[in-house]
Amino acid sequence: MEKLHPETMAIIEQRVRDAATDEMSLVRAAKGGDVSAFEQLVKRYDRNIFRIAQHITQNREDAEDVVQDAFLKAYENLEQFQGNSKFYTWLVRIAVNESLMKLRRRRSDRTVSLDEDIETEEDTMPREVADWSPNPEQLYKQGELKEILRKTIQGLPASFRTVFVLRDVEGLSTEEAAEALDLSIPAVKSRLLRARLQLRERLNKYFRQAKGGDGKK
Amino acid sequence: MTCADFLKELTDYLDETIDSSTRAELEDHLAWCHNCYVVCNTTKKTIEIYRDSQLYELPDDLRSRLQVAILSKCTSKKKKSNT
Repeated sequence: MEKLHPETMAIIEQRVRDAATDEMSLVRAAKGGDVSAFEQLVKRYDRNIFRIAQHITQNREDAEDVVQDAFLKAYENLEQFQGNSKFYTWLVRIAVNESLMKLRRRRSDRTVSLDEDIETEEDTMPREVADWSPNPEQLYKQGELKEILRKTIQGLPASFRTVFVLRDVEGLSTEEAAEALDLSIPAVKSRLLRARLQLRERLNKYFRQAKGGDGKK
Repeated sequence: MTCADFLKELTDYLDETIDSSTRAELEDHLAWCHNCYVVCNTTKKTIEIYRDSQLYELPDDLRSRLQVAILSKCTSKKKKSNT
């Protein structure tokens, strides 16, 4: 991944600090009963919460419910938010818990948990090592590609899927993901590695380079 | 360094959260191990594809409906707590 120029990094870091200050003042105003300040927080994060919820629950209606329930729960419990973490990390934690509850209900499966550290058949050692086409995402139409990606990530255990989405799709740091999921940092790293490798392995059949061709079937 | 050792460090290597001496060892391994080179590149590509995929975007009409629903619940909560 490309290194940024130090001046560019400084500007980005300053913007991140400004956004954090701005976020804290919105949270303070919302705690004081200002619903329009809370509205700003909803507008800032509703898309992220919807994506996370849909990835975990794999169900559109459940994801809609999670967005509503998570924000309402956050609003009701704002007093308990001490500001030791970012508001967003705290909100993600609420949304992940709501999503897992939905998933358990729908599957009638009480065992769905982030604590599961599943040893699957396809653990870390890659079984198939084949190079991919230079631009694999261009082998398929946009809709087909999305379907492949959806189907592939849905096949992962919930605990792996959740870590991957928070870290690699939503861009949380390892520390933030650990806090949001109530997991240790080594546990986040271990699940992330296995999620990444399992996704890679499963995408092989769609993206690998065909001998003497462009990989397209 | 074995391929298993390389894989253990892959996540930190891709996230660039690794010290320079381990990084040098990993890159040394990558220079001669084609399998790890391919696994590393395709894993990196996997992350990029998912990050850029825009799966599960929230449509504007649904977004508006959800915002209205959330804020009306918050407002009625506030009214109740004020009474």
